[in-house]
Amino acid sequence: MKRRKFLKATGAGIAATGLAGVLAAHRAPVFAQANTVHILRWNDFVPAADKVWREVFVPEVQKALGLKLNVETVNANDLPARATAAIQSGSGPDIIMLLNNLPHLYSAAAVDVSNLAGEIGKAGGGIYAPATQLNTVGGKWVSLPWAVVPGLIAYRKSWFEEIGLKEFPKTWAAYHEAGKKLKAMKRPIGQTLGNTFGDAPTFTYPFLWSFGGQEVDAKGKVALDSKETVESVRFLVQFWKDAHDEGGLAWDDSNNNRAFLSGDISASLNGASIYVHALNNADKVKTEKGAPLHTDILHAPLPAGPKGAHAYHTAFNQMVMKYSKNAKGATELLCWAHKKENYEKWFVVQKGFATGPTREWEKHAMWNNDPVMLPFKTAPLGQSRLMGFGGAPDKKAAEAWNKYVITVMYAQAASGKMKPEEAVKWAAGELGKIYT
Amino acid sequence: MKDPVVAGAGVAASIAAPAERGRVSRLTRWLESEKLLATVLLVPGMAILLIFIAYPFVMALWYSLTSIRVGDPGEFVGIANFAKAWNDTVFQLAFKNTVFYTFWATVFKLALGMWLALLLNRSFRFKRIIRASMLLPFIIPTVLSAFAWRWMFDPTFSVMNWLLYHSGVITDRLPFLSDGDWALWCAVLVNTWRGMPFFAITLLAGLQTISPDLHEAAALDGANAWHRFWHVTWPLLLPVTLVVVVFSVIQTFSDFQLIYVLTGGGPANSTHLIATYAYQVGVASGLLGEGAALSLFMFPVLFGVVWFQLRFMKRMEGH
Repeated sequence: MKRRKFLKATGAGIAATGLAGVLAAHRAPVFAQANTVHILRWNDFVPAADKVWREVFVPEVQKALGLKLNVETVNANDLPARATAAIQSGSGPDIIMLLNNLPHLYSAAAVDVSNLAGEIGKAGGGIYAPATQLNTVGGKWVSLPWAVVPGLIAYRKSWFEEIGLKEFPKTWAAYHEAGKKLKAMKRPIGQTLGNTFGDAPTFTYPFLWSFGGQEVDAKGKVALDSKETVESVRFLVQFWKDAHDEGGLAWDDSNNNRAFLSGDISASLNGASIYVHALNNADKVKTEKGAPLHTDILHAPLPAGPKGAHAYHTAFNQMVMKYSKNAKGATELLCWAHKKENYEKWFVVQKGFATGPTREWEKHAMWNNDPVMLPFKTAPLGQSRLMGFGGAPDKKAAEAWNKYVITVMYAQAASGKMKPEEAVKWAAGELGKIYT
Repeated sequence: MKDPVVAGAGVAASIAAPAERGRVSRLTRWLESEKLLATVLLVPGMAILLIFIAYPFVMALWYSLTSIRVGDPGEFVGIANFAKAWNDTVFQLAFKNTVFYTFWATVFKLALGMWLALLLNRSFRFKRIIRASMLLPFIIPTVLSAFAWRWMFDPTFSVMNWLLYHSGVITDRLPFLSDGDWALWCAVLVNTWRGMPFFAITLLAGLQTISPDLHEAAALDGANAWHRFWHVTWPLLLPVTLVVVVFSVIQTFSDFQLIYVLTGGGPANSTHLIATYAYQVGVASGLLGEGAALSLFMFPVLFGVVWFQLRFMKRMEGH
């Protein structure tokens, strides 16, 4: 080919791709997006729930709304990074699942869904108060609460009975004593203190509060460095050494499930995924005596410290993104998915692992199926505090959670890297940088 | 002075009767100019460099000087992000970790890669198959191999821990990933495992360029194996070795995937490298300006390494 012909051909090629248009638009071309809605969710710890989205919702949404639904799932730890990348590039999923107070962090990129939230609340007997705080910024709903995954302690009934406990310990001190005996029998408590989204903060935040510690005061001034916080860290260091599987420092949210199901730990703070898995695989997951493991599992709330008992239940919210070319379709999808007859299909396969966003779901007949799951039914009602307490669960609180400040404070002391006082000072310093 | 091409084209235009023919002729001369050809050929490469290297770098530089966070363009804050990073204890630890990780991983990769290259340079049965299979760690995507290693180092289900614990040899499991120091050494081990084939294959290629006559001559002069290596092989292999080491340092210093999958920077932030910490701050927490500043701390170090490499290569060309 002669040079002139080559230049002509390549010039025509470039023109055909419409590169200039792409550059001018500052975004990659999106084809056939008008009738497509792309939703990004977490890899559900109850895999059957993801199957409902993919195998039930996809065809039904196509039929009911004429929308082609594209369901993508990723590890929950990767959701914030995906959201950041999508928002900055101005392209990506139309709906992104955001946990806890992350909607505050990404509120500038959200479509206002106040009307829809109002309808959902009205139809469902009211949205839970914590969910309202997590999903509204400046009085505007920036995302919709999809579900709450309560964190309760799953424990081996027979093993606790073997050490003389008919009931689960009511205080941290009693739990410490029980854990000591269990660890001596090679049945330690399993708890993650790793850099992970769920089981670590749902343990460390309520633990801190139950000793009277808090991140900030009502005016938003950092108040972490207190004798109450130091006391909580000091308690945990000994508790960790005496009663826990110390490998928990490197665990993510799935390690405790595996350790519990394999009979390596006696108790663990968890959504009900351990129990649900044991229930769904009763013929495979068994106790050392050969009985189905689920028959030896009970659930209990976190014990109380000197300043009472607290809980943190992980909130799963969904945000319609402002950059979406099909925000209308995305909103329609969420409206459709929240309708009782549709949501129920997803809700029942959860078997109580996730509770609904409104009080209506406490009345569902599913709760009558299994008394072991009953503590999950009303668990969201028992949540009085959110990350960022005693201030608001705002974007600063979300940043502190995302940086694992409170969890790392405990982990640094538990690993012996820092003394309790030093760990608290370090964490207060980190919060100070956030709350400036 | 007038451009001869333009001048020539002017003359041609004045001679040619129809104006159209004159324009075609000028275009022909333009297209046949060596300067223009060079420019045209360089443009795609330059465009790729500008779009994929220069633009992100300049953007990162700009971001690092602003308070940009996700969804909020922020404002110019000068070097405030750099000052914040400098005083950040997690960043200080991440920087130390990065230097430690790069140093030890490179030392092990070089030593073991050299040893492997020397072994593979000999004649033995199934030589080709073994040489090819040695590349496996390098071929497998890092994310997959890091996941496999993470499983092997799992606090509860590590193969070694499981055997030792259940056989009663140990009462507490070995803290492969649950102790910061152990975890960092585990990361060094995995990086070495993954990077060693690159060293071995490159050094092997270098070894094969060394004439066997030199070894024979040295042997005839009474040199033993060590002497032959130190006085013949090593000096001749030095240029290749330095290039490989420099490339490895660059890749290891900016490593992300392995630590992200293996430890996620934990336990208690003790295994963060600069890249993983910058990612956590910039991307996961949405503080893009601070994340950009953190990542740019890698630049002077990597620039120094590249400068050294270029200088060395220039010297070698001189020789």
